[in-house]
Amino acid sequence: MTSLSNNTLSRWSTDELLCWSLRGIATIAGTIVMLIVVFLIVEALPVLHHVGLLRFFTDPSWHPAEGLYNLTPMLWGTLFAMTGSVLIATPLGILSAVFCHYYAPSVLARPYRRLIELLAGVPSVVYGFWGLVVLVPLIAEIQPPGPSLLAGILILTIMILPTIALMADASLANVPQQYLRGAAALGLPRWATIRGVVFPAVRSGLFTGVILETGRAIGETMAILMVCGNVVQIPSTIFDPIRTLTANIALEMAYAIGDHRAALFVSGLVLLAMIVALVVSAEWVSRGRMYG
Amino acid sequence: MAETLSRPQNLREWLAFVLVWGAAGLVTAVFCWLLGDIVWHGIGHVSWTFLTAPPENAGRQGGIGPILASTSLILGVCLAVSLPIGIGTAVLLAEFTSDQSLFGRITRRSLDILAGVPSIVFGLFGNAFFCKMLGLGFSILSGGLTLACMVLPVLIRSTEEGFRAVPASYRLSAAALGLSRTTTLIHLLLPAAVPGLLVGLVLGVGRAIAETAALIFTSGYVDRMPESLLDSGRALSIHIFDLSMNVSGGDTNAYASALILVIMLLAINGTVSWLATYGLHRKIMTV
Amino acid sequence: MTPVESLTGPHSRHPLEERPACRAPQPIVEIDRLSLYYGDKPAFQDVTLSINKGCMTALVGPSGCGKTSFLTCLNRLTDLIAGCRVSGQITINALDVLAPGINVIQLRRRIGMIFQKPNPFPLTIRRNLEFPLREHGIRDREQITQIIETTLRAVGLWDEVKDRLGSPALALSGGQQQRLCIARALALLPEVLLMDEPCSALDPLSSGVVEDLIVGLRGRYTILIVTHNLAQARRIADYAALFWVQNGAGRLIEAGTAKQIFENPRDPLTAAYVSGMRG
Ligand SMILES: Nc1ncnc2c1ncn2[C@@H]1O[C@H](COP(=O)(O)OP(=O)(O)OP(=O)(O)O)[C@@H](O)[C@H]1O
Ligand SMILES: [Mg+2]
Repeated sequence: MTSLSNNTLSRWSTDELLCWSLRGIATIAGTIVMLIVVFLIVEALPVLHHVGLLRFFTDPSWHPAEGLYNLTPMLWGTLFAMTGSVLIATPLGILSAVFCHYYAPSVLARPYRRLIELLAGVPSVVYGFWGLVVLVPLIAEIQPPGPSLLAGILILTIMILPTIALMADASLANVPQQYLRGAAALGLPRWATIRGVVFPAVRSGLFTGVILETGRAIGETMAILMVCGNVVQIPSTIFDPIRTLTANIALEMAYAIGDHRAALFVSGLVLLAMIVALVVSAEWVSRGRMYG
Repeated sequence: MAETLSRPQNLREWLAFVLVWGAAGLVTAVFCWLLGDIVWHGIGHVSWTFLTAPPENAGRQGGIGPILASTSLILGVCLAVSLPIGIGTAVLLAEFTSDQSLFGRITRRSLDILAGVPSIVFGLFGNAFFCKMLGLGFSILSGGLTLACMVLPVLIRSTEEGFRAVPASYRLSAAALGLSRTTTLIHLLLPAAVPGLLVGLVLGVGRAIAETAALIFTSGYVDRMPESLLDSGRALSIHIFDLSMNVSGGDTNAYASALILVIMLLAINGTVSWLATYGLHRKIMTV
Repeated sequence: MTPVESLTGPHSRHPLEERPACRAPQPIVEIDRLSLYYGDKPAFQDVTLSINKGCMTALVGPSGCGKTSFLTCLNRLTDLIAGCRVSGQITINALDVLAPGINVIQLRRRIGMIFQKPNPFPLTIRRNLEFPLREHGIRDREQITQIIETTLRAVGLWDEVKDRLGSPALALSGGQQQRLCIARALALLPEVLLMDEPCSALDPLSSGVVEDLIVGLRGRYTILIVTHNLAQARRIADYAALFWVQNGAGRLIEAGTAKQIFENPRDPLTAAYVSGMRG
């Protein structure tokens, strides 16, 4: 867009003043991420100093009071919950978007889209509460105890589904009409058109959607905390309770002090690293496309 | 839109047909179940007294008056800080930097990352920075400031989009008339960008109201009526969390609070889509 | 530098007041070896041309040969385009336009520009005229009302809009919008008017009205007009200049009086172009 590299403003103190104050403001906004990283590191440093990074993965267990800091069960918890929910939510979300664009009669398409938008706006604590009072008892009837990896996966699925569905919906809306006309002219049936023409055209948009939903799944705290049981263990079935990295922070931060507190900041750093990796890969995929 | 008339002809088409309708049906059913459950159990308990009375017996009885007050204060602090910073940054990114400039690229990139940072990490940061380092303690101020950091990316993104939706010819013709950039910004661009700004504002408010994890360790749990911004105050979402997890027998009030929260968010959501579909176009086309 | 008429002084001059017409050629804009690049790609190169005071100069040439880009150099709108580089020299009334330190705001006030597509602001008709005036220091209500009426009369819009000055400018027809834009430029008493195909986005009827208006401005303003309509150029211009793309960049092929360019072209390209065989 416009640039200020030229000397246009040299006489125009108001313009210059404005520009420089905007720069100051933007610098604040731009440095928050840096501040977050710095503070996480500063708070995590003591334990990294005493314990070292390796022991977060090799210690026999997570007993911070006794100086044992094994994060792996929580990492697995996060990974299992994330993978399960992404695997279910992705096809459901994409099919939802396909429904809106190619299957639903237009009287249904609009309300259905609104419904997905509304789902996207429901706060996580409400999902968690519903999972706790409705879903967990149901699961307990099938296989006690109830709070479990399965409950976590299901709740996460409902939570991240709108993300991928809306993203896919936006991508499908951008498919050029002539592709569809061309396919119709060849006499291709509906699903064949979608699979053969539409999906390849929106691949990068769908991929961005998957990245976004994965980020949400990794970062979700409250709902997971409320339905997963929070036992520190590597689950052997999906009915076992688990504890995720995020839930661990939320649970123990209230009373953690010293190295224990620092260890929680280490898990915060781990979460942040995962997110940065995701953002970078998303950027890599959608390279050349505009911000937003 | 592909032709919706033709019936599926072979097995694969039938299968796809069933799957697509099945997925849509499933999503709708779950949504209705969730919303229906909350409305069904919550509606009987919502009343004026519930909205204004203080909670009693750890929240099992009584209402949510002080909690609504704390929530609005937290939201107020959040907006008071994030709006000027957000609008300023958006103006700079959209109007005063080129897409290629280093400063713009770095700022955008860090905002992208900020948008993805999990809320619990914001909580950690807020606790370390605002509560401990700046010495604000567990307070409404700390909570609001933490939320401000969180909603900034959303706010900036849609405000910037609002500015980009303003036709380039406004800027050219203003410059050709010898108007300064400040004037152009204030009199022409800002009014035309208001819809985008409103969308950002409403989205930000939505995100802030829904937030729980970032507030647990910053604004705290205290459910008394706050007397100043330095008091700890319990947000509505934390109230629901606390009632359902830590207070046995708190479910009725948790349902009612959840209903209130959902109603607020649905209202916000409705405002956004109304603005996005009607507000944006009207504003730019005529005025 | 000749003294600039202050806008804040008594705004006595009528926008259509007779001024020294185009008789003896007296250069007011002098362009010397001007080139413009978008990134590495040249839009036009090495243009040397002078524009005479009070005359109408027509720029003609095929699409994409850099006519619009050329106009935007003269009021430094090029500053708004990232990656755009201008070299050479432009002097307007002894003012070095491309000098880094000049006051571009004043420069642009002194050089009006009309765009191809009418671009009134999304404000009311009155605000469209009033807002730039206020920004340039005219605060007196009575005076503003006065100027609004004079300029609207000058563009023949007064009778059409005098009862609805408070309605949105975007509700006007295309031709009315374009005349409003001309009025908006005239209100600032420019010394030079740049017009970039001012009629081409309009229907034939409004196009005719705007052309009549431009003809009416002839002799009162120094006008540089880009047009694709050769008949129009021949009808209204005193001077003409032909741009053409050569080796991937626009060049000035020939410049002279309109009479000479259209009746007695020296360059074969010009001859071919004006006789309608090419372009
Ligand atoms: N902002 C820009 N960035 C990059 N290239 C540009 C830009 N504006 C114009 N160009 C290029 O510069 C060349 C000259 O463009 P210009 O608009 O000046 O031509 P023109 O003679 O006005 O054409 P027309 O008669 O169609 O209006 C064209 O090749 C165009 O693609
Ligand atoms: Mg042009």
